[in-house]
Amino acid sequence: MTNRILVIAQHDGERLDAATGKTVACARLIEGEVDVAVFGANAGGIADAAAKLAGVSRVLRIEREENSAPLAAVLAPQIAKLAENYTHVLAPSSTFGKDVLPRAAALAGAPQVSDIQRVIDARSFERPIYAGNVLTSVRVPEGVKVFGTVRLASFQAVAAEGSASIESVSLDAALPSHTRFVKLESAKSERPDLQGAKIVVSGGRGVGSKENFDIIFRFADKLGAAVGASRAAVDAGFVPNDMQVGQTGKIIAPDLYIACGISGAIQHVTGIKDAGTIVAINKDPDAPIFEIADIGLVGDLFAILPELEAAIDAAKSS
Amino acid sequence: MKVLVPIKRVIDFNVRVQLKRDNSGVQTDGVKMSVNPFDEIAVEEALRLREKGIATEVVAVSIGTADVQQQLRTALAMGADRAIQVDFNEETQPLHVARLLKAVVERESAELVILGKQAIDDDANQTGQMLAALLGWPQATFASAVGIEGGKATVTREVDAGLETLELDLPAVITTDLRLNEPRFVKMPDIMKAKKKPLDVVPAADLGVEAPPRLETLGFAAPEKRSGGRKVANVAELVEALKEKGLL
Repeated sequence: MTNRILVIAQHDGERLDAATGKTVACARLIEGEVDVAVFGANAGGIADAAAKLAGVSRVLRIEREENSAPLAAVLAPQIAKLAENYTHVLAPSSTFGKDVLPRAAALAGAPQVSDIQRVIDARSFERPIYAGNVLTSVRVPEGVKVFGTVRLASFQAVAAEGSASIESVSLDAALPSHTRFVKLESAKSERPDLQGAKIVVSGGRGVGSKENFDIIFRFADKLGAAVGASRAAVDAGFVPNDMQVGQTGKIIAPDLYIACGISGAIQHVTGIKDAGTIVAINKDPDAPIFEIADIGLVGDLFAILPELEAAIDAAKSS
Repeated sequence: MKVLVPIKRVIDFNVRVQLKRDNSGVQTDGVKMSVNPFDEIAVEEALRLREKGIATEVVAVSIGTADVQQQLRTALAMGADRAIQVDFNEETQPLHVARLLKAVVERESAELVILGKQAIDDDANQTGQMLAALLGWPQATFASAVGIEGGKATVTREVDAGLETLELDLPAVITTDLRLNEPRFVKMPDIMKAKKKPLDVVPAADLGVEAPPRLETLGFAAPEKRSGGRKVANVAELVEALKEKGLL
């Protein structure tokens, strides 16, 4: 039987999220046909973007007013209904996918493989457990639908070079009204998104205060980088939680990660271990971050960052 | 309102987890076991609801062998009123656990279930969502604030884009994130008192639950380690090293 793989698109109501392209990349490693489902109230532009993802056969546009906010209780019955025509259903392992997919899997009576980081074969996958300290391989039994969330840091998004067909689909699924979206508060930022950025500059407890974090922002802007933080910095109130990088925050894989004043607790390292190059700047020469950093520099970040800014300017103009 | 708090027995979060020598699983012999930290936050939240007069009873439930009674006693020492051990001898997988919990929720006529967003052993992050699906209840995962009034729960959720607020009609399932609260410290007299609190044992078979398909475990491995450790002496060398890697 040919595998038919359904990828649940992630978006913010306006734009397709890069997480979708990464999930499609994982789906393409499973032999079969890949479709993308876009749920929304007005999802035309998003469906167009999804149709460009390389390797996608069809984009399903499921538009109704109830789909205007990504409510798990509302989306799950629709996903379970769509799943009847598929062998696999994949979603990004973001807070969106983690919220909605287990609900859909349970409705379909299937187990879920969380945080797929490697496709072994169409039914077998590798995933991290114990905060990434151990890897396990699991297999979904024959005849059981495969539901899985995809660990985004492990896959590169497919290119936007495809031309899938787009179909509007109406689903016969009863939707509950017991869950209502009230609001989303997000710190709007002109900086690149933490999970998609090529360069990320992060600050830790060593930054010292909310005010001092300006030096991290300034340096990041110089590099066109996103800004992250360790859990210690978030817990100390320097920055909001959506900037947290680590096991309890975001798992990221930029080309370059610059950790400033971060000691390197295991839970933080879990979030960056797929980064291309890790640079650590810390005044404590024994900080554990140096054990995993590709390039370490011992010293005071408040002296080093301005110097580094100047040196980068000089290097760029030379 | 009766609140049910499912808790999981896991390797303590301070333990450095190691694979057995033959890679057949994780070393658990002689390793300290604890209540899953996210579930501890769930117990705390339920207790606060009781202290505010919103919850009338807090019932802790755990699924596993008699070993889990140790963690149930911890929940009782924190202040839960009663505990239930669902006696279950197999490896716990989220969908099976969700089906068993659904049966317990129905037996207990609970109106609110609060549990951790994930367990720190298998990191599945599924059970709460699956339970909500099976019950047909609303869900609010990754909660950082919970308010309950007039048959409704208003929950702030920690999502990738920031903080999302949902309004749910009760009954509902809520899963906890780290910032929801700081669990109380258990005192010695509370541990003594907990020994006298009721702890019922219910054989899983008595719950009449059909076993769902299970994921088959093929094996375990240690992750590849990053080999870092190179240090540079100054900013100039750092810039040089970045240039070599083509990063500047």
